[in-house]
Amino acid sequence: MADINTIINQYKSVSGGLIEAYHAIQREYNYIPEEAITEAARVFSIPVAEAYGVATFYSYFKIGKRGRYVIRLCESSPCHIAGAAEVVAALEKELGIKMGETTPDGKFTLEYTECVGQCQSTPVITINSQPVRDVTADKIPGILAQLQ
Amino acid sequence: MAEELRIVLRNCGVIDPLKIEDYINAGGYKALEKARNMGQLPVIDEVKKSNLRGRGGAGFNAGQKWTFVYQASADQKYVICNADEGEPGTYKDRIIMESDPHRLLEGMAICAYAVGADKGYIYCRGEYPYVVDILRQAIAQAKDKGVLGDFDIEVRMGAGAYVCGEETALIESIEGKRGEPRYKPPYPGVSGLWGKPTVVNNVETFANVPDIIEKGADWFKSIGAPSYPGTKIFTLSGDVVNRTFFEVPTNTTIRDIIFGLGGGIPGGKKFKAVQIGGNSGAIIPESLLDTPADFDSMAKVGATLGSGAVFVMDETRDIVDVATRTAKFFEHESCGKCAPCREGTMRIHEIMEKINQGKGKAGDMNLLERLGRVMSVSCLCGLGQAAPVPILTTMKHFRADYNAKVKE
Ligand SMILES: Cc1cc2nc3c(=O)[nH]c(=O)nc-3n(C[C@H](O)[C@H](O)[C@H](O)COP(=O)(O)O)c2cc1C
Ligand code: SF4
Ligand code: FES
Repeated sequence: MADINTIINQYKSVSGGLIEAYHAIQREYNYIPEEAITEAARVFSIPVAEAYGVATFYSYFKIGKRGRYVIRLCESSPCHIAGAAEVVAALEKELGIKMGETTPDGKFTLEYTECVGQCQSTPVITINSQPVRDVTADKIPGILAQLQ
Repeated sequence: MAEELRIVLRNCGVIDPLKIEDYINAGGYKALEKARNMGQLPVIDEVKKSNLRGRGGAGFNAGQKWTFVYQASADQKYVICNADEGEPGTYKDRIIMESDPHRLLEGMAICAYAVGADKGYIYCRGEYPYVVDILRQAIAQAKDKGVLGDFDIEVRMGAGAYVCGEETALIESIEGKRGEPRYKPPYPGVSGLWGKPTVVNNVETFANVPDIIEKGADWFKSIGAPSYPGTKIFTLSGDVVNRTFFEVPTNTTIRDIIFGLGGGIPGGKKFKAVQIGGNSGAIIPESLLDTPADFDSMAKVGATLGSGAVFVMDETRDIVDVATRTAKFFEHESCGKCAPCREGTMRIHEIMEKINQGKGKAGDMNLLERLGRVMSVSCLCGLGQAAPVPILTTMKHFRADYNAKVKE
């Protein structure tokens, strides 16, 4: 894994590059480690509070550890009426965790999201940002089994 | 019976989006060349005359917006494409960018030439990383071919904040900050990105520009509704047979979109309601389905065209539950900068949860109405102003559903 300092420094001279730097960190780690915030504050010469303020404003960023597979479930109205709640129940049952939690082995994290722009095929989940369409509760075991 | 008319999506499924040669062979980048031979002001005049109005929701005349930036004197000007597409039920910008990215680049380049900008940004939502890859490849190809001249385009990614679709919040976000809307005026045309005059247009707006330059304003004006000419892409979701996208002239009625192209309601069920324009749009009943979909006709019946999302609900759906879901969305997405929205979205959600769980009182509905009215006039940006819309319109059109859940 590329280290935090190297990644953030690549965006040092990009105007407004802080958010791009966070994206790059999250692509590498799947989340934003605490150290990345203080490091970003140093590289971009802004107060640590501001670096935190930016990272926490955006729901796509997550400070603190997440699983190797981040599974997000869309709860916007079109997915909601298509049975998103049943998919949630299936995910929670299969993984033995609640939405917002990570499995003890660090493999899976479950999160809610709003619409991800795939509303032609509801309900939708994303696995590490890749959409999986027309999901139903009975497809969940098969989908999870493919994630190694 | 409604028929599709593809202008913006002319190349969709026809060419390989990742081959610039395909786009050029289909006549691509000719309009840009033509524009450069016309001169800046004639290009702006043509776009203004065509009455192309913003496809991102506000419906402002695009050429008029470009005029402000053209007239501003500054050492640097910017062109920004709003590809944040966060309205639930909307996926039209994704379809355009996935299937014909060069059309967007060409539209932006024509605008940049006309207003005198040499730098552009595409602000694409973070949930579309695969679209960002396509855009970056397309930009690299266009640079290789030299078609963009000295116009440089950079793609920036949003990060899951719906409010960043609001143009000044979007600008804050490109500047690397929290995406909180700015006070207006000044508008971006005067003081936008890094304080410089900036055009912000939606993906679909830019994607219309090459054809307007190529075929002329009169041709464009002759299509669809006179006050909002051209076509509009609608994205269908919910209880409708053909859950997909359609590009139609703007005078097509909502009924034709749902029952003609959309194929009606599946499973032999009856239609109950449709929400047009995403979560910030009105939820309307059967009696309004014969309204043409254009901006002004929709506004006349208290609805919005918005992004063109068409979310259909059949007779079995719980309208109060859906409205409660939108209330939660707005509480979550409120940026918190102004009190009427920060507090108001929270209270609306709280009251709606109560009603939805059968614990509401008759007085709650009056309270919602008052709160909604106050928010629509006192919130700083369109998010807070529109947040009460699904609640107010469902209380108006589906009062019986509320009454059924509220005791006494
Ligand atoms: C809360 C909020 C969200 C918005 N989201 C979007 C969006 O996702 N895409 C968009 O093009 N415009 C969005 N807008 C409208 C923009 O502020 C702006 O009017 C638009 O980008 C201008 O482009 P146009 O004139 O081409 O439509 C949003 C506005 C508000 C208030
Ligand atoms: S209306 Fe809501 S989203 Fe807009 S500035 Fe106020 S708090 Fe933020
Ligand atoms: S509503 Fe779930 S993807 Fe759009």
